[in-house]
Amino acid sequence: MNIPRYWRTEKTRYGLIGETCRACGEAIFPPRDVCPHCTEAKQDVHPFRGKGQVYSFSTVYDAPASYTEYQPYTVALIKLDEGPLVTAQLTDIDNEDVRVGMPVEMVTRKIKEEGENGMIVYGYKFRPVLEEVKR
Amino acid sequence: MREVHIVGIGQTKVGEHWERSLRDLGVDAISAALKDANVEHVDALYVGNMLSGELAAQQHLGTLLADWAGLGNIEAVKVEAADASGAAAVRMGYLAVASGMQDLVLVCGVEKTTDADAEIANAAWSSGTDAEYEASQGLSMPAIAGLLMRRYMHEFGVQREDFAPLAVNAHAHGANNPYAMFRRPISAKAYARAGMVADPISMFDAAPLCDGAAAVVLCPGERASEFATKSVRIRASSMATDRLALHSRRDPLFLPAAHLSAQKAYLQAGVGPGDIDLFELHDAFTVMAALSLEACGFAERGKAVQLAQEGEISLQGRIPICTMGGLKARGHPIGATGVYQIVELVTQLRAEAGANQIDCHLGMAQSIGGSGATAVTHILEA
Repeated sequence: MNIPRYWRTEKTRYGLIGETCRACGEAIFPPRDVCPHCTEAKQDVHPFRGKGQVYSFSTVYDAPASYTEYQPYTVALIKLDEGPLVTAQLTDIDNEDVRVGMPVEMVTRKIKEEGENGMIVYGYKFRPVLEEVKR
Repeated sequence: MREVHIVGIGQTKVGEHWERSLRDLGVDAISAALKDANVEHVDALYVGNMLSGELAAQQHLGTLLADWAGLGNIEAVKVEAADASGAAAVRMGYLAVASGMQDLVLVCGVEKTTDADAEIANAAWSSGTDAEYEASQGLSMPAIAGLLMRRYMHEFGVQREDFAPLAVNAHAHGANNPYAMFRRPISAKAYARAGMVADPISMFDAAPLCDGAAAVVLCPGERASEFATKSVRIRASSMATDRLALHSRRDPLFLPAAHLSAQKAYLQAGVGPGDIDLFELHDAFTVMAALSLEACGFAERGKAVQLAQEGEISLQGRIPICTMGGLKARGHPIGATGVYQIVELVTQLRAEAGANQIDCHLGMAQSIGGSGATAVTHILEA
């Protein structure tokens, strides 16, 4: 993708900012002008909490151009606590340790570098929820 | 609406065509189809193609092929619907003839992926997903299929090895198709050992990207007797769409577009799944074959792999699929694939399928774009 497209989706990618529909109440991610559930065009901005579970996952060994240097990496569908599914990479976990149903949380990470002189793209990834340290 | 018949077919071998360009392949298939129908002039050309802009920096494909095939100053346009581009072009040709706007119509599906490096072609293919929210996270088409397959295994309690019969079946049939990319059968043991592309999707779950072109000549029913070939009637043509991104669907393991387009096709033809003698489906990945079988009513949800294990998808089974190798063994020249499916159905319905011939009267083809976002279904009658 090119720079303006990244710029336009910056809030969505850095802050997991979506919407809730004023007509039907559904949480929507990514944000869009027309609600995919009830087709009304009235939405409020909704920052997602960034917590959810792994709904499914796949480990990529044969990556598309500009992702090959990161392979193998694991991509997933995350079921957010508020309802929507989001497509993202998993991070801070070994590929073989991923399980369906695993609790995860959103973090901001480097997604890719577009060549030596190109931009460095950041966005959301998901990592296993860190357990609280018991004292 | 007028009846529409197919009176000519043509195809190139599917594979890596280092000495033939995009336009060469298109012209080869068009010439073969015109020769088969024994006609020299058509009224319109619809070209199914997905990636000529991305991989060959060549758009305006309708005009390019009309020009280079010597078709004159006819109406010509490219149709794009990701992997379903070829089938969508067939549907546009069907609409043109059925409506009476055109009489003789050529449809050509063509794709050339091997001129680009594999990872470039891989990235271009993923442009059929949501580029801003799926491909931009590093997802390839096999990765998206991997998400579907993992979830399928989780929800329906099946193992990766349970998908083996879908790949073994396709390769067994491809062995007898002179136009197929892969002519060797594979074993379930080889499937189990195959290297991973996007775990759980292995090399033997995924159809290969490659080059190829296929074409058909359509005419109105009242003119079908003018042609020497045994004409095949298009009994139904339908198309439906769904949310583009996998993550936007309520239930990723149910394909509403595939279901709806099949239901509309059954209604138009006045038949049900029990009447279909063979089914050319979208086995770009084994899990997509399973989901297509379930969406079209050939298997209960989560039961398609069992149908395959019971041998019901073989040439002797209840619903033979991939009778000339499917996408898995014939190959998946993306925008051409939907036209190959139609050419293969016509080959079966004309009883010209050689060692893979089945006794058939009604055949169905379903082409799926992306992870299920577009589905085009055709039912053909001998």
